[in-house]
Amino acid sequence: MKLTVNGTDHEVDAAPDTPLLWVIREALGLTGTKFGCGAGLCGACTVHVDGVAVRSCQTPVADAEGMQVTTIEGLDPAGAHPLQKAWVEMQVPQCGYCQSGQIMQAAQLLADNPKPSRDDIVAHMGGNLCRCMTYDRIVAAIESASA
Amino acid sequence: MTEQRNLMTRRGFLVRASALTTGALTMGYAAMPDPALAEAHAGAMISPNMFFDIHGDGRVVVHIAKAEMGQHVGTALAQTVAEELECGWENVDISYVGFDPRHGLHITGGSWSVNWTFDALSRAGAAGRMALIEMAAAELGGTAEDYTAKDGVISGNGKSITYGDLAKLGAEPRAFTEDEMKALTLKGNGDRSIVGQSVRALDIPAKVNGTAMYGIDQSVEGMVYATPAVPPVRYGAKVTNVDDSAATAIPGYLEHVVIEDPLGTQTGWVMAIATGYWAAKQAAEALKIDYDLGGNAAVSLADVHAENLRLIESGEDTRLVVNDGDIDAGMAEAETTLTADYTTGVNIHAPLEPMNALVEIVDGTYHIHAGNQFQTLLMGLVGALGVEPEKIVFRQALLGGGFGRRLDCDYVVMACHTARAVGKPVKMIYSREADTLMDFTRPAATVRMTAGLKGNQITGWKNSSASAWASARQAPAFMGPDLTGSDEKKYDGFAINGADHWYTMPNQQALLSMNAMAQNALPPGHLRSVGPGWQFWAVESFLDEVAQQMGEDPLALRLRLLDASGKNAGSGITTGGAKRLAAVLQDVADRAGYGSDQPENTAIGLAAVSSQERPSASWTACAANVTVDPASGAVTVNKLTLGTDVGLAVNPDGVKAQLVGSALWGLSIALHEDVGFEDGAIQASNYDGLTPLRMWDMPEIDAKVIDVGGYPTGCGEPGTTAVAPAIGNAIARATGARVRSLPITADKVKAAMNG
Repeated sequence: MKLTVNGTDHEVDAAPDTPLLWVIREALGLTGTKFGCGAGLCGACTVHVDGVAVRSCQTPVADAEGMQVTTIEGLDPAGAHPLQKAWVEMQVPQCGYCQSGQIMQAAQLLADNPKPSRDDIVAHMGGNLCRCMTYDRIVAAIESASA
Repeated sequence: MTEQRNLMTRRGFLVRASALTTGALTMGYAAMPDPALAEAHAGAMISPNMFFDIHGDGRVVVHIAKAEMGQHVGTALAQTVAEELECGWENVDISYVGFDPRHGLHITGGSWSVNWTFDALSRAGAAGRMALIEMAAAELGGTAEDYTAKDGVISGNGKSITYGDLAKLGAEPRAFTEDEMKALTLKGNGDRSIVGQSVRALDIPAKVNGTAMYGIDQSVEGMVYATPAVPPVRYGAKVTNVDDSAATAIPGYLEHVVIEDPLGTQTGWVMAIATGYWAAKQAAEALKIDYDLGGNAAVSLADVHAENLRLIESGEDTRLVVNDGDIDAGMAEAETTLTADYTTGVNIHAPLEPMNALVEIVDGTYHIHAGNQFQTLLMGLVGALGVEPEKIVFRQALLGGGFGRRLDCDYVVMACHTARAVGKPVKMIYSREADTLMDFTRPAATVRMTAGLKGNQITGWKNSSASAWASARQAPAFMGPDLTGSDEKKYDGFAINGADHWYTMPNQQALLSMNAMAQNALPPGHLRSVGPGWQFWAVESFLDEVAQQMGEDPLALRLRLLDASGKNAGSGITTGGAKRLAAVLQDVADRAGYGSDQPENTAIGLAAVSSQERPSASWTACAANVTVDPASGAVTVNKLTLGTDVGLAVNPDGVKAQLVGSALWGLSIALHEDVGFEDGAIQASNYDGLTPLRMWDMPEIDAKVIDVGGYPTGCGEPGTTAVAPAIGNAIARATGARVRSLPITADKVKAAMNG
C-alpha cells in the first residue's frame, strides 16, 4: 500500500483496516502523533488528510491511500508554523502529550478561518482533551497566531 | 516529609574531573555508599549527587533527578543551580537521571521537588562557582579573592577565562567539606537574576514539533508489542483458562502470557503479544479468558462508604493525628453541636499517555524505558522479581502526564514479566480501557466534621476520617506513628493532610481509620492533591456551615480564625503563618468582588487552604462565582479567582501555569469526573465515561502568584484542593442547598434544594 506522509511516498505493509495512527507511529517511526484513547475521544492522534484534521486512531490506513497525510513533523519544514511559534511564545504545553493533536486541530481552523472568534475556537477545539488543563493558554495561543 | 528540604548531606561535596579526556567537569556530592536505600525510603532522605557537568564548550548540563510531567521542573531546578553557579542561563541544558542510588529517595510528587531541593541545588551551584574561581586563580595567578564569576566567565587581575576553558584544562578541583557547604553564603531576595524570572521552559520547544520523546515513543531493535486483557473486577481475580483460538486468526498475533505476579501489583492479567499494538489489541479482545473473580466481586461504592461510616462511628482501630486542648471539654462547653459528613466518589488519573514500558533483557540485565515518578519503588519492585540492583538499568523518559499515577510501577512490573516470558524485547502499552479500569484510584473517603459552638466561639472541632490508605499498599515506609507514639498505630499522613489546618481552635481533634475493604477491592493511589483534596473539601465546606450557623460572614470568620496565634504563628518556611493565608484569601476575595451584589441564583463561595503539608504550606485561596439553575440544579462556574503564596516563586509563570492547571483539575473533579464502582469494577472505560473538563467547560480565570520571597514551597497541587469547597460554598450561598458529596451533580444540588 502506498502512503504519502509529509510529502514523502512510503510503501507500507499493513492490513487495510489498521488505524492510520499505528502505521504512522510503528511503520514510519513518526512518534509525534500520539495514542491517547483509541476511540476518537481525545484528539491526541490528530493529523491532516488532504488538509482535513482527522483522528488517525479512527481512520483505516486504506482510507488515506493516495491522499496527502500531514503529521506534526510535517506541519512546517522548520517547525515554525505560526501556531508552533505561538505555542512557545505563550508557553502552552505542560506534559505536552496532547499538544501535537491540539496544534494539528488548530491548524485546520486557521487554514479555514484565519480570524476565528473565541467561540469559533472553543467549538473547533472542544474534542481535544488536555489532561493538564492548558485550555486557557491554547485559546490564547490560537488567538495570538491568528492576530 | 518537608524537613527533607534541608538537603545538607552528611557527606562532603566534591568537584571532580571525571571525564578529563572529554574535557568535562562533573560536580556533585561525593559518591559514597548510601547507608541504606531502605533508610532513604523510610525517612524520605534525599542525597543529591552529580548535579551538573560543565563541558569544554561552556555548556552546563544540569542533571534533573525529578520526573518531567508538565511542571517544567527541570527548568526550575536548573534555574536554581545556574543562579549560584553564575554560568549564564543561555548556557544551560538539562538531562534527566534514570536512577542513581546516590540521589537517595528518588520520587517526584507531593509538590515537593523545588521545596526539597532548592537549598541543596543552590549550594551545589555556589560551591561549583567557588571551585571554578579557585581553579582560575591557580591558572591565571593570584588568589580566589582577585576573581569574580559572571555568565560563565571568571575575570580578575585584568585577565579572564571561561568555564569551558577551565573544563578543558582538566585540573583537579577542590573538595568541600560538609561544614564548608553549610557555610556557603547564598544570594538573598533582590540579589537574584535567574531565580524569580519567568524564563522559558527548556522542555517546551520539543513539545510543539513532535520530537519530544515519551515512554511510549521508545523503541529497540527486535521488539514485540504487548497489551493486556484485564479481568472484570478491579482486583483479586485469577485466570483459570485462556482460549486463544480466535486470536490466532489475527495477523501479527504471536502468543499470550498469563501474568502471575508474586508482588500482586495487578491480578488476573493476560498479555496479548503481537508484531504491533493494533494486532495486540485485537488479539487481547479475542482471547476467551475464564476467571475466578475472587472476593471483591460483590463490593460497590456504597459498601465502601458504608464501611467508612462504620469505622468512623465505631472508632475501631483509629489513629490520633491532631489533638489540641481538650476535645471532650470543648464539646461539653458547647451550646449547640453541628455535624456533617463529606464524601468523595471514585476519581482516576487517566493521564493522556497510557501506562507503558519497554523492557529489553540483555545478558540478564533489564533495560527499562519508561516515564516514572518513583524510581526508588521501581527499583525495589523489579528487584523483588529476583533481579539484582546492578542488573537493572532504568532510562527515564518524558511523562505524558503523571498526576500521581506514575508513582505506581505496575506497568513496569507487568512489562518485566512479559519480556521475561517472551524472551524478546517487549513494548507493553495499556489500552485506554485497561488504563481506566485498572487505575489506582483516589480513595473514596468519608470525613465526619463535628463542631461545638457557643455564641460566636468554636469550642470544639473534630474531624473523623476513613478511607483506603495509598501508602499502606504502595509504600508502607511512608507511614509513621500517630500521636500515641505507638508503632502499632502507624498511619498514612497522605490520607489526612489538611485536617491539620491553620485556623486557631483551642480544642480540636483529628482521627483517621483505614478502610480495609476498599484497600483490597479498590486499591488506592496518590492522585493529584492526595489527602488535602478531600480533607479541605470537608474543612472548608464545614467552616461555611459553621459560619452560617453562627450568623457570621464566612470571610470574616476565616480571617478571625487565621490569627496566627500559638502553633499557627509559623516558623522557618511558614514564617508569618496563618496571616499569610489570610492575606491571600483577602486578596482573592477583593479581586473576585466578594460581597458585591450578584445576579439571581448566583453567588461567590470562598475556600482557603494550606496544601500540601502543614510544614511547607503553599497559602492558596479560591473564590468561585457560581450560578445555579433552580429548575434543574445545574451548576455553572462563571469564574475562578485564584491566589497562591509559595514563598519564593522560582519561575513565576511556571507557578501560575501549575496554579491554573491544578485548579482546573480540581474543577474537573468537583463537577465532571466520577467513574463509579459497582460489583468490584470501575464503571468507566474511556474518556466518554470519565468525562473530564473540556475547553467549553472552562470558566473565566483570574490567577495571581504572590511572591513574598523567602523559601520556595510547592505549586503542583494546592490549587486542586481549593476549588471544590469554594464551589460548594457558592452553591449554598446561592440556593441554600448544601452538597456534601463529590462530584457535585445537578441531581445532588436539586436533592439538597428539596431536602
